[in-house]
Amino acid sequence: MNWRRASIPALWFCCVVLASIVVARARYITDLSAFLPARPTPAQQLLVDQLRDGPASRLILAAIEAGGADRNARLSILTAGRLRLDPQFSSVNNGEPVSAQNDRQFLFQHRYLLSDAVTAERFSAPGLRAAIQDTIEDLASSAGLLLKSLLANDPTGEMLHILDQWERNPSPATENGVWVSPGRSRALMVVQTAASGSDTDAQERAIAAIRAAFAAAAREAPAAGATAAQLKLSGPGVFAVGARAKIERAAIRLSIVSSILVVTLLFAVYRSLPALALGMMPVASGAVMGIAAVALGFGAVHGITLGFGITLIGESVDYSIYFFVSSRSVRQNEAASAGWQRTWWPTIRLGMLTSVCGFASLLPSGFPGLAQLGAYSISGLITAALVTRYVLPALLPSGFIIHDVSPLGTRVVRLLQPVRRLRGIVTAALGLALVVLALWVLQRHQNTLWNRELSALSPISAADQDFDAKLRKDLGAADVRDLVVVSGATLESALAGAERAGRVLAALADSGAIGGFDSPANYLPSLATQRARRDSLPDAPQLRDSLRQATAALSIGSERLQPFLNDVEAARRAAPITVQDLQGTSLRTGFDALILHQKDRWNALLPLHASGAAQSIDTARVSAALTRAHLDEARLLDLKYESDALYASYLGEAIHLSLAGLAALTLLLLAALRSVLRVARVLAPLLLAVIVVAAGLALSGVQLTILHLVGMLLIVAVGSNYALFFDRQALLHDAGSESLTLASLVIANASTVIGFGLLSFSQVPVLVALGVTVAPGAFLALLFAALLSRA
Amino acid sequence: MKRRYFGFLALACLCAAAAPAAASDAAGDLDEVMGLLAMRRQGRVEFVEQQFLAILKRPIESSGELRYEAPDRLEKRTLLPRPENLLLAAGELTLERGGHRHVVDLHRYPQILPFVESIRATLAGDRRALEQLFHLEFAGSVSRWTLTLVPLDRQLTGIVKQVQIDGARDQLLRVEIRQADGDRSLMTLRTPAVP
Repeated sequence: MNWRRASIPALWFCCVVLASIVVARARYITDLSAFLPARPTPAQQLLVDQLRDGPASRLILAAIEAGGADRNARLSILTAGRLRLDPQFSSVNNGEPVSAQNDRQFLFQHRYLLSDAVTAERFSAPGLRAAIQDTIEDLASSAGLLLKSLLANDPTGEMLHILDQWERNPSPATENGVWVSPGRSRALMVVQTAASGSDTDAQERAIAAIRAAFAAAAREAPAAGATAAQLKLSGPGVFAVGARAKIERAAIRLSIVSSILVVTLLFAVYRSLPALALGMMPVASGAVMGIAAVALGFGAVHGITLGFGITLIGESVDYSIYFFVSSRSVRQNEAASAGWQRTWWPTIRLGMLTSVCGFASLLPSGFPGLAQLGAYSISGLITAALVTRYVLPALLPSGFIIHDVSPLGTRVVRLLQPVRRLRGIVTAALGLALVVLALWVLQRHQNTLWNRELSALSPISAADQDFDAKLRKDLGAADVRDLVVVSGATLESALAGAERAGRVLAALADSGAIGGFDSPANYLPSLATQRARRDSLPDAPQLRDSLRQATAALSIGSERLQPFLNDVEAARRAAPITVQDLQGTSLRTGFDALILHQKDRWNALLPLHASGAAQSIDTARVSAALTRAHLDEARLLDLKYESDALYASYLGEAIHLSLAGLAALTLLLLAALRSVLRVARVLAPLLLAVIVVAAGLALSGVQLTILHLVGMLLIVAVGSNYALFFDRQALLHDAGSESLTLASLVIANASTVIGFGLLSFSQVPVLVALGVTVAPGAFLALLFAALLSRA
Repeated sequence: MKRRYFGFLALACLCAAAAPAAASDAAGDLDEVMGLLAMRRQGRVEFVEQQFLAILKRPIESSGELRYEAPDRLEKRTLLPRPENLLLAAGELTLERGGHRHVVDLHRYPQILPFVESIRATLAGDRRALEQLFHLEFAGSVSRWTLTLVPLDRQLTGIVKQVQIDGARDQLLRVEIRQADGDRSLMTLRTPAVP
């Protein structure tokens, strides 16, 4: 016995130390991947790539309000100037024509490779005639002044054609040389970070750099009046950083507050500091082991898993409460421990195992956040239970005593008596009525019961989302919702695929089905296309001859077009353009934004714009057109649809897994209790609590999300302990021990309700969902279990 | 999104000609002509524009309609040889052509100013605005006047040598823009037969 007394705490200590080392060395990730599938389908993989590294994920939108157009513009220019020197940003756009000169030069120099009008026919005598005639007519236009200077070099108008090819999106209004909002009250800026959007740390640094640059600019150009300069930022990275800070703040604050409340409650009950310290041991050990298990099992721990840590306090603190309270019943510690082990440990063990059953159902989830939560809870609960069973008795100081709580239990028993006297048929009828009522409410809300949109989990406030939408509208940078993704093993094959898909999309744009589209091939055509265009240029003698015939009836003499002959000859000899050639022009930014390179895969992205009239894109029509053209490597991706479908699949899967967990739990109880009646008695209050809470949420207009479902699982996990205690108590026929049992359950329940109740006051939807489900659910589970139990 | 980067390129193309409407004057006095012009709140005239370019053997011709609304809205609708709409409103120039729409910030492209502001400010009878950009020379009488505008800014004289506007009372009859390279455009204005 002495050997056991010493060796078990030592073993436990070693385990905790080892686990702490694992926890300290574990990798913690705070990016989106907690919400992304562990085993994605190809479409999901594209979605994941987009959300993590896509160009849209790296955008930061900025609005500057400094009390007047002049100062807005000045601050915009000064801030952008600083940011352009910062390698953290791959592009900074505030409307200033910083690379206009380079862009123009590049486009002009490579116009015969970049223009999709370049074909052999266009350079035949009739083709040239038609093209030059067109260009001369263009000279009559308001753009004539620039065209005039190009005419001798570019009589076929390739430069204008390239510009037309690209100039489809409206650009924001400009004032004082920078982009401004339609009301002119704000200067606008779009910044693209070099780091991917899922790198929240890098996004946080980037945001800090923007704020610092703005503050420096504001100092450099002080306001004439007292108006403070304001910088508002938005975008996926800004949201991610904000959400992380919000969740961290909420988790820390709530953990502190709930710890204080629970500790105060327990001290009020125990009136003993050693008891308090010992009571926290199972909780702390469970948390450490839980995180260590996740780190070992998954390789990395999601920040959100830690956020759920608070949920563990709720159940694991109960174990020590049950232990201390019931060990109060006998004066002698040794005897008390032994008695407790004989009478109550099997019940706690069974309660713990039922909880484990519930949480095990989360393990196979494709939603990494849920799978980790399952692993964390299982290992945490097992640890907490084992520590309570084997370590606490060994560490109990001799003469250990807590305040007598049986008066509390006696009061509760008295409160219950009127209801218990009803007994049998009446209780059953009341319970049944409640079930029918709750089911009726759920039935009425059937269609709106579950929220199947991923945004339901978003911690971004509606005001922030509105501001983002407004900023995007002002910038003409509507959030890309639909895009065609073309995959290839090489950059060349991705670009060639983008060109084929582009032809299909161009036809759709001509017919008005879509407003337009972007393509990386507009910035850098595939080598094959570049070669084809180059080869379609005739040699000098032939071109000279064709040009003479073409201009015979035109108002321009071929002798004036010598620069054209020279340029075409130079283009025939020039090497194809490569990515490196785009450097220093805004084409590089445009191109990079539309090409995603992953290990062995190149994805070309072709974002689609809805046509002016239609707000959305007929995705079925686009898909059908792509299929008809046999473009197997091209795939239409509707980002909102895919992310909602992904979330809906998690939700559906989680519902099925939870039901499977419930079935497993029932089997476990059947095996342990060996009585259908007893199992029914244990399960009835839990299920009743769950459906009453669900009905209550539906009645108050709350749509259920996956986190509410997790909350219901927690109700069953926590509540099963209560129900099993009543089940065990019923077999004891000991009124004295009943008041103790009730007292310990009430205390345990109060600590759970406090912990989860606090969550419902947080600003983070995922935490609120847990709070509003578990706090009332746990209370109802205890109430129903008490009412349904036999005296 | 990235398309936007190219906006300014196309916009740079816009530099070209502009448009006028109607006006008059009296007694060879610039102020009186300006006063008459300022009183016209709106106008609509047909135009025929000829551009004489050194590189071409023959002038190119375009025609359409000019509309003016005091004080700062000027619209040039070209119908031939190719439909196009150029709108100057509230200091912003919008060009619609071949299904595309370009917006130019005049602030960014001051070289466009002499083309549009010469006509707009004349139509508005805004002498002060004219004198900010040009040296003014007035000849003739209110019933038949000629206003010659020479850009003050050295950079602008590198593009536009002078703008010569002929008018009768509050009507503009002819606008000739001489470019620094010797090319010129001549716009003849005519009040439509049917109002």
